[in-house]
Amino acid sequence: MKPAPFEYYVPRSLDEALALLAEHGYDAKPLAGGQSLVPAMNFRLAQPAVLVDLNNLADLAGIMADGEGGLRIGAMTRQRAVERSPLVAQRAPLLAETLPYIAHPQIRNRGTVGGSLAHNDPAAELPAVALALDARMRVRKQDGERVVAASDFFLGIFTTALEPDELLTEIVFPPLPPRSGVAFEEMARRHGDYALVGCAARVTLAENGKVSDSRLVFFSVGDGPVQAVAAAKTLRGQRPGPAAMRASAEAASQEIDPPSDIHASADFRRHLAQVLARRALTRAVDRASALR
Amino acid sequence: MATRLFGARVKRNEDPVLLTGRAQFVDDVHLAGMLHVAFKRSDYAHARLVSIDISEARAMPGVVAVYTAADLGDYWQPSPLLVPPPPVEGAVFNQRTAGQLARDKVRYVGEPMVMVVAESRYLAEDAVEKVMVDYDPLPAVVDLEAGVADTSSLVHDDLGHNIAAHVVQRKGDYEAARARADVVISRRMHYDRGTAAPMETRGVVAQWDALARSLTVWDSTQAPIPIRNGLAAMLGLAERQVRVIAPFIGGGFGPKIMMFYPEETLIPWAAMRLGRPVKWIEDRQENFVAMTHERGQVHDCEMALTRDGQILGVRDIFFHDTGAYDPYGLTVPLNTQCTLLGPYVVPHYTTEFKAVFTNKTVVTPYRGAGRQHGVFVMERLLDLAARELGLDPLELRRRNFIPPDQFPYNNKIIFQDFTELTYDSGDYEPVLDKARAMIGWEAWQAGEGARLRAEGKTVGIGLVMYVEGTGIGPYEGARVQVEPTGKVNVATGIGTQGQGHFTSFAQIVGEQLGVPMTNIYVSTGDTAQFSWGAGTFASRGAVVAGTAIHHAAVKVRDKARRLAGEALEVAEEDVELVDGFAQVRGAPTRRVALAELARQANPLRGAVRADAEPGLEATAYYGPEMGATAFGAHALILEVDPETFNLRVHKYVVVHDCGRVINPLILDGQVQGGVAQGIGNAFYEQLVYDETGQLQNASFMDYLLPTALDVPRIDIGHEETLSPLNPNGVKGAGEAGAIPVGPLFCQALEDAFQGGGLEILEIPLSPYRLWELVTSA
Ligand SMILES: Cc1cc2nc3c(=O)[nH]c(=O)nc-3n(C[C@H](O)[C@H](O)[C@H](O)COP(=O)(O)OP(=O)(O)OC[C@H]3O[C@@H](n4cnc5c(N)ncnc54)[C@H](O)[C@@H]3O)c2cc1C
Repeated sequence: MKPAPFEYYVPRSLDEALALLAEHGYDAKPLAGGQSLVPAMNFRLAQPAVLVDLNNLADLAGIMADGEGGLRIGAMTRQRAVERSPLVAQRAPLLAETLPYIAHPQIRNRGTVGGSLAHNDPAAELPAVALALDARMRVRKQDGERVVAASDFFLGIFTTALEPDELLTEIVFPPLPPRSGVAFEEMARRHGDYALVGCAARVTLAENGKVSDSRLVFFSVGDGPVQAVAAAKTLRGQRPGPAAMRASAEAASQEIDPPSDIHASADFRRHLAQVLARRALTRAVDRASALR
Repeated sequence: MATRLFGARVKRNEDPVLLTGRAQFVDDVHLAGMLHVAFKRSDYAHARLVSIDISEARAMPGVVAVYTAADLGDYWQPSPLLVPPPPVEGAVFNQRTAGQLARDKVRYVGEPMVMVVAESRYLAEDAVEKVMVDYDPLPAVVDLEAGVADTSSLVHDDLGHNIAAHVVQRKGDYEAARARADVVISRRMHYDRGTAAPMETRGVVAQWDALARSLTVWDSTQAPIPIRNGLAAMLGLAERQVRVIAPFIGGGFGPKIMMFYPEETLIPWAAMRLGRPVKWIEDRQENFVAMTHERGQVHDCEMALTRDGQILGVRDIFFHDTGAYDPYGLTVPLNTQCTLLGPYVVPHYTTEFKAVFTNKTVVTPYRGAGRQHGVFVMERLLDLAARELGLDPLELRRRNFIPPDQFPYNNKIIFQDFTELTYDSGDYEPVLDKARAMIGWEAWQAGEGARLRAEGKTVGIGLVMYVEGTGIGPYEGARVQVEPTGKVNVATGIGTQGQGHFTSFAQIVGEQLGVPMTNIYVSTGDTAQFSWGAGTFASRGAVVAGTAIHHAAVKVRDKARRLAGEALEVAEEDVELVDGFAQVRGAPTRRVALAELARQANPLRGAVRADAEPGLEATAYYGPEMGATAFGAHALILEVDPETFNLRVHKYVVVHDCGRVINPLILDGQVQGGVAQGIGNAFYEQLVYDETGQLQNASFMDYLLPTALDVPRIDIGHEETLSPLNPNGVKGAGEAGAIPVGPLFCQALEDAFQGGGLEILEIPLSPYRLWELVTSA
């Protein structure tokens, strides 16, 4: 469990980092918290010839307010910093609620928000949350910048819209519409494990108390965050009582196509998806109702 | 009178170095010019080796040597059989042990084929990737029953079948008892594989000193003395030329006694051949496949009872998965046969097993060592019988206890130490009553359980009993010496892997010599310190080595009192040892320091008595005639999320009786740690193989050890029924925590899903499996 040989660079500036990526292309990998990349290298599942260490790029870390109610988080911000940020608790409560479920404090002390999103592990929490909150990814390369919507960013298992010479630099979370409630649920075998199934819910109520918009995003059930579009639609225009939420959760569990592995069959995952979706929707509605 | 040490809750002497990261483990041995080893291991569970090409690997930078089986010459040899089969009439045992590196054929994923020696482990692993192996894959034997079918692929072709052993033991006449029975409960039960997962993996460092012509080996082993003896014989050296040091060991649990692992004999050989120190530290990935496993068994069992719940007899026929080889003989399935009987009178018992060779990692004892399975079968059958008879499960147990006046109690079957299994002492009701009180059984039945259920909680309670055979022979020894500095040295040959020997052994000595703990230095696991003994296993350290230490300390005490009597001109009976002094009873100011006595006992000039032995020093040995049998009860209240099937333990109680307690703090730690492993075994840990014999979860990401967040705090109670076999009345405690957890979880879960018709006849469980069982019940 020792990595294959590699070259190691510690750029002092974002430009230097981008230049290194431009030079080495597919041979290079950016190193953020290393909590996913280094184990993969030790198993020799990943054998990058060049590592570009982002840990000296202080500009890439930080949590800032963005306009009225929005939030910007630098890609190199440690997960633990996000977890403890009052600003995040206030402006992106879903993010705050989710973070303690990611691994253990030791790992969150190193692991970064950008690293998790760029890695797009199908069992990871943050991609699902980013999708549920309509986050926007700010992406840089040597001669340009682009902004990618979460819905266009996560392309498949361990795959995103990032090109090899690009870095994710910042994630922007827009404010939630008024009368919106969010909730997060997951089922993991042990504290801190990747979930067997997890789910983020977001519900917006109209003035009349009916559902005007809702969103259910699962993880660990596919090749990245999986949005249950049809199931969320069944709630729209409904009064969000237990029966309606149960029906929506049930529909969601039929809409997804989860995998089987040694920890859970597809059927058990589907069962869990229905349970967790119902619980998450219920709490999200409670919270939204409280804001009315 | 000095404060008593034996029995005191003394903090552990070894903890300051351990907790501050200053304890020396094998990987902390760094020697000038040291080389590093990595192995190319089999990717297939079962395959013929067509060819192995090491030319590219040998040419890699930093590579010093690459060895295959062919390169070992005469040194290649199958490992010895550690435990010969027992003298059971008609027992069949087919010995097949592994050579150091596979040749011709590989029999499990992870079997070593090629050893690469390089300037660093990194370079060694780079070279391993360049070893080219041409395999001719064969069907793998994975399932036990398929393995004994005529059509099965053969793990050892020359054997003609896959049966490693077949043993039948009978007590009384089960068939006749069954014919008289009012009820017969019969079921099939499954127990699957797990791994001990010690925090420190295995590791060996060897250094050959060409000038002194001596070999030093640091080995993460539980049995340094047998390793020394075996290595000397294999390498053509005298035993005094070989020193084996088992320094601090980060957990052993049984698999670290599987001498000889291939790596254990290869690393010293390479160090001698290359003339440079050589290190191999097993990584976690290797550990999952190359360190021995345990636990795979399938039981067809039945129990015959009268209507009022008296056990008439038990019949148990089981398959035992021994893996690809069987170097540890029959210890594990024999323990299963013997431990099944538990604290109960079972007048008629038929037990039969077939050990089956499979294309999986070798099986040797792991904490509990087969005892789990026996307890599982017995306790589950009792629960099912209680349900069938409409009896309280605890009342059913109580009715069948061996009465306290029946000890020593001979079970009339052969145990792992080859003697008839005889319980030295026991008194089971007090343990049951205490556990019942501590868990709150009465209150639960009187309404607490119903109240929680009315709140919508899925909660259940359970209580199970067990016995644990401990403290078996053959023997251990120890030397105790008071230095002229006043410090006391204690040396014994067994290894230590976290059991607190540095403290409990010091307590035994301090008790006799009246010396404070801080002045007592215990050395374990260094063959240069003590040369005789077997090792730490089978919960025997405190019983066997502890008693040898006690005897040596008594000898030193007696000599000190005799010498002090002469010096102080009083009868030796009037001398007592207190706080480092020998003093006159009733006149404590008339005293002489033990240090002074030690000095006087080693004069530099003048005459001594012709038969005088120098120093305040003695050596003693102890070999018990048979094992001492500890026992206890575990009780549990748990809650299940009925939708996700995750568990939360509300309360966990252990009441344990291992005779006289040396140090309750250490004992509690042993129990707590054992329960943690038991909980892992019950609900988290399972080695999953696919049909080709590939291990599906060889990492801590997918092999789920419960962490501190998942293991509850355990309430521990003690009873003390002394063992008549040794002067301190002690019994072993190493495995008790791990043994009965499986059936306890099953019982409490069935209780939680009351009325659901749920029967749980297997371990390990998981939320997924529980969901399947509950939805199909
Ligand atoms: C024991 C353990 C348990 C864990 N449990 C969980 C869990 O429950 N849930 C969970 O979500 N995660 C879990 N993780 C993973 C953890 O959250 C990681 O920190 C995270 O997935 C990756 O973040 P990182 O900063 O460590 O990235 P790294 O490991 O450094 O990088 C990951 C990948 O992203 C790329 N990358 C990193 N930053 C950028 C960037 N700014 N731009 C472009 N590419 C980039 C890297 O090149 C690499 O390919 C666990 C990890 C461990 C070790």
